[in-house]
Amino acid sequence: MTDDSKFHHGDPTAHIHPVVEMKNIEKHFGNIIALAGVSFDVKPGECHCLLGDNGAGKSTFIKTMSGVHKPTKGEIFFEGKPMNFNTPRDAMEAGIATVFQDLAMIPLMSVTRNFFMGREPTKGKGLGKRFDTKFANEVCVEEMRKMGINLRGPDQAVGTLSGGERQTVAIARAVYFGAKILILDEPTSALGVRQTSNVLATIDKVRRQGIGVVFISHNVRHALAVGDRFTVLNRGKTLGTAVRGEITPEQLQDLMAGGQELASLEGSLGGTV
Amino acid sequence: MSETTPEAVDERLKSEPFFAKMMKRPELGAIAGVILVIIFFALTADSAMFSLSGVINFMTPAAQLGILAIGAALLMIGGEFDLSIGSMVAFAGLFFGVCVVTWGLPLIISIPLTFVFAACVGAVNGNIVIRSGLPSFIVTLAFLFILRGLSLVGLKMATGGSTQLRGVRDTIEGDWLAPFFSGDAFPGLFLWLADNGFVATFKSGAPKVPGIPVEILWFIAIALAATYILLRTPAGNWIFASGGDTTAASNSGVPVNRVKISLFMLTACCAALVAIITVMDAGSTDARRGFQKEFEAIIAAVIGGCLLTGGYGSAIGAFFGSIIFGMVVIGLTYTDFDQDWFQVFLGGMLLIAVLFNNAIRKRVTGER
Repeated sequence: MTDDSKFHHGDPTAHIHPVVEMKNIEKHFGNIIALAGVSFDVKPGECHCLLGDNGAGKSTFIKTMSGVHKPTKGEIFFEGKPMNFNTPRDAMEAGIATVFQDLAMIPLMSVTRNFFMGREPTKGKGLGKRFDTKFANEVCVEEMRKMGINLRGPDQAVGTLSGGERQTVAIARAVYFGAKILILDEPTSALGVRQTSNVLATIDKVRRQGIGVVFISHNVRHALAVGDRFTVLNRGKTLGTAVRGEITPEQLQDLMAGGQELASLEGSLGGTV
Repeated sequence: MSETTPEAVDERLKSEPFFAKMMKRPELGAIAGVILVIIFFALTADSAMFSLSGVINFMTPAAQLGILAIGAALLMIGGEFDLSIGSMVAFAGLFFGVCVVTWGLPLIISIPLTFVFAACVGAVNGNIVIRSGLPSFIVTLAFLFILRGLSLVGLKMATGGSTQLRGVRDTIEGDWLAPFFSGDAFPGLFLWLADNGFVATFKSGAPKVPGIPVEILWFIAIALAATYILLRTPAGNWIFASGGDTTAASNSGVPVNRVKISLFMLTACCAALVAIITVMDAGSTDARRGFQKEFEAIIAAVIGGCLLTGGYGSAIGAFFGSIIFGMVVIGLTYTDFDQDWFQVFLGGMLLIAVLFNNAIRKRVTGER
């Protein structure tokens, strides 16, 4: 994967207002300071990558963003207004969808049933009210086709899909249910090369629809392939945000590792990390 | 990096033959089992087994078990067990008996009261399982003994020392609601069929089969209703989701706890229905009612394709699983085999069914 890919890249300029803006977020768990002043924002139609090594605070940060945790300090603005989500459900209804690593998919259930899990379309009234399977199947196949996946059938079990395809189902589901911000927690970490490119292509498709994507990763190459802006998180702090083209993979890598140590390691590994 | 064109058909997919599609249905095992058992008895049993009266003969115990098994199947799909349903039959039977005999309430009050009572016990069961996070196996095992013991104690209190409460039949005589829960349905139809020579009759001209026992109709109705709920309603999707993965389901907005507690209540209500039907049929209730039914119901559900881990199964499967059960119990009396082979048969069926279900699950999820 090269620095310059064929993906469309948004042009995030100052005049577009961010959908979500987080200022100086701090989160303490007892005496542990998980986040010590993180600032981050996402604009519609951009892919903002949040990079960081293990333990940098990425997970805590996205959980704060998606309403799982309440920040100890700091402000969160959603579409310009201060927001205060009490549950993930609130955040979801406002349009912040999170695709966690476990994907919230049930392997034994069909793609359609997973797609509409918890939000089943119904027809009929009263006792005749029922799951509109025909509509659900059509929507599911169509949405998956838009993401470039042809299902064998809507009744195909999710367990028979590959990791990348499952990821795509989760993304398509979030998009269909009106996400304004899509948070992807390490979507490519467990995938092979080809599946990774499919997921990255999906991220690009989502971005084109005007949805802001927060792409969490510790893989610089994956991030550079689709990202418009890059924020590096290290030891609970943001080390600044770089715009695409202003930063090299090496610089990003160094920032993630906290500079020094990796530079000497990289020398001996011949730049393969 | 390649983007797949939307219209492209995946070249790795073979078109699936009808048979392979059928292989993926959860109830297939049970249907195959029914066919095998029919073949077995067709070869070994007296031909009377498959006459109308023979069929009614084995469908009656199948129906009584089946009502429990369908409740158990829904609960298993929802990812939980209830080992207390057998004891629940005795306990609900006691409550119903006391309502009717001791308190002299009419059926229109006694029956709903019994269901409400059973649902409450089910809710207690469910709440303990959900709030404590303990396996339902342990919690309901405790209730297996608690409810059985309470039934004994309660019976002694209600009767002044006996473990049997008699006199239900006399009390309900003439109650307009009684025909819905006891006796045979459509006697007129069968009389007409007998008069016209369509069904076998006794020498007196009365039909050998006076009607369809009501429990069979309840059994079929409940199987249809449960299948509809599972496959065609959002609640059905929630049941599968709750059983498949609790975290994933609740993250997607499925009210998992509500679903599970409702299922415990439903299972208890199925037990209450069986209690009402059998108590009215026998005219009395006793503490051994429903003994070991919990195991038989779970076996029928497993033969019907339910996975022990939840998230997969079918009500139709449990329906056929119960029929297999009834056929084996009653069918052996039509053969020269010792009737006690029944237990061997049952255990064997269970083992085969579990192995089969495991293989099916791997096919469905594409595990290799």
